[in-house]
Amino acid sequence: MFQYEFMTNAFAAAGIVAVVSGVSGYFLVMRGQTFAGHALSHIGFAGATGAGLIGLAPLWGLVGFTLAAGIAMGLLSERISNRDVAIGVVLALSLGFGLLFLHYYTSFATQATALLFGNVLAVDHATIATLAALGAVTLVALAAIMRPLIFASLQPELAEAKGVSLRFISTAFLGIVALAVSACAQIVGVLMVFTLMVGPAAAAQRVTCGLWAGLMLSAALALAEAWLGIVIAYHTDWPVSFCIAALSALCYFAALAMPHARPAHSH
Amino acid sequence: MNVIELDRATLQIGGRAVLKDVSFAIEPGEFIGVLGPNGAGKTTLMRAILGLLPPSAGRLTVFGHAPRCGDASIGYLPQLRTVLPDLRVRGLDYIASSMHGERWGLPSLSAANRAKIEATLDAVGARDLANRALSDMSGGERQRLLLAQALIGEPKLLLLDEPLISLDARHQEVVIDVIRQVCRERRITVLFSAHELNQLLGAIDRVLYLGNGQAVLGRVDDVVTAPVLSRLYGTEIEVLRAGGHIFVLSRGRDVERADHMHDHGHDHGHAH
Ligand SMILES: Nc1ncnc2c1ncn2[C@@H]1O[C@H](COP(=O)(O)OP(=O)(O)OP(=O)(O)O)[C@@H](O)[C@H]1O
Ligand SMILES: [Mg+2]
Repeated sequence: MFQYEFMTNAFAAAGIVAVVSGVSGYFLVMRGQTFAGHALSHIGFAGATGAGLIGLAPLWGLVGFTLAAGIAMGLLSERISNRDVAIGVVLALSLGFGLLFLHYYTSFATQATALLFGNVLAVDHATIATLAALGAVTLVALAAIMRPLIFASLQPELAEAKGVSLRFISTAFLGIVALAVSACAQIVGVLMVFTLMVGPAAAAQRVTCGLWAGLMLSAALALAEAWLGIVIAYHTDWPVSFCIAALSALCYFAALAMPHARPAHSH
Repeated sequence: MNVIELDRATLQIGGRAVLKDVSFAIEPGEFIGVLGPNGAGKTTLMRAILGLLPPSAGRLTVFGHAPRCGDASIGYLPQLRTVLPDLRVRGLDYIASSMHGERWGLPSLSAANRAKIEATLDAVGARDLANRALSDMSGGERQRLLLAQALIGEPKLLLLDEPLISLDARHQEVVIDVIRQVCRERRITVLFSAHELNQLLGAIDRVLYLGNGQAVLGRVDDVVTAPVLSRLYGTEIEVLRAGGHIFVLSRGRDVERADHMHDHGHDHGHAH
């Protein structure tokens, strides 16, 4: 299947996105902000369709909207970005706006399915280059703030006392997640970013409670699910996003069912 | 030189004075029990000492200068401890995250730091927690993990905000003993907030009683008296001493126990 260029492109794009999603998703799960990540992708849908309406590339609308929303959520403090109800309302509103923009820009409607559910088999070289740039920025930024991010996520009160700015960390982190979501949405679509951002990370955290082990496993699982998903799709003609979603769910539930090793109590 | 000195300091939150015009000085190596009813300002005082809340009037100095945020010589065990219910991170990584956690870049754990963490976990009888996920620990186990963390890094001042919460009687004693011991051996100054005085009686050097915007620091016999506490609680207080125990009563009810029950709405039944 590698003789087809669309297949090698798909593998390259999915590979980049999977690693970025697995790594940033790990922290999303650790901070209990998965719902915020989901909302960002929906806001991105409104951005992408809105960009189409004014004649811009949807990807830039996606990046711009998610980034602005991520930074706003971070600035409004952790308390608000963890508020499920507020996030749910914004999420629904964003989808609504996306629909409105589509309504006025009907020729764009064919792309709507690709935006919502992804279309990895249609990526070209330019998209791969953009994804690689997005991914590099995401990983470098994450590496730069990783240490205080972990501290602030695990022990916010103490981190604050040690001089870590919780607001800066949460804003920077949601900005990074926004970029990761934008990249991820290119592959599996805005509705299904959970499959690569949350599924592998949550499964990894069930299996190991070591930090680096979890991070690596999360990235590896995401990569395996994405590539295997494409292979299955190639042989069955099922949509790629479905295959990835199915593998992601399978991995997560397998990890849940696995009895994790737990040393006996000493007392 | 005094470790902590307040000179007519006022601490305000949201325009309301929590402590007003208070003055006291704590000397090196002292073990201070911090007591007072809910909302008296125990946590607020500790946050001020950490440099998170500058006094709105008066002076507050720590080690002779204005408190600096992120001072490595202060160990802190916060009262408000957010633990996500699903946090599957092992104890070792949890503590490691706090070691120079304010620095940029990737996290790393040197062999020396790892040994330090393990030795401290041993000291509080929590060695087995290093490899268990936080979400699998009981409240008391988490508490011991946090205590170990506060002791790491050779602090010269320990701020422990209600370290006895959710510990059973035996572990409460262990915690008090461990802290008493490190406090003596390393001449660390300790502020230890609690809701019950009696367990601390044998360990503390002096007591800092907060209430009604005021603070009184002194020996237990001088501070825990009917006139002083009546002033701090703003109501008629009776103090009874019997068999080495002190009972602080308000209209015949034990205020400490009432406070305590208030703190854990769910475990009223447990006896001390
Ligand atoms: N973030 C805040 N915003 C507004 N008021 C606050 C805040 N934090 C504390 N307060 C108020 O400041 C006062 C002192 O609170 P503090 O937490 O210091 O009390 P405490 O002595 O530690 O009580 P407890 O025994 O319940 O822990 C309380 O009246 C509280 O309502
Ligand atoms: Mg308090």
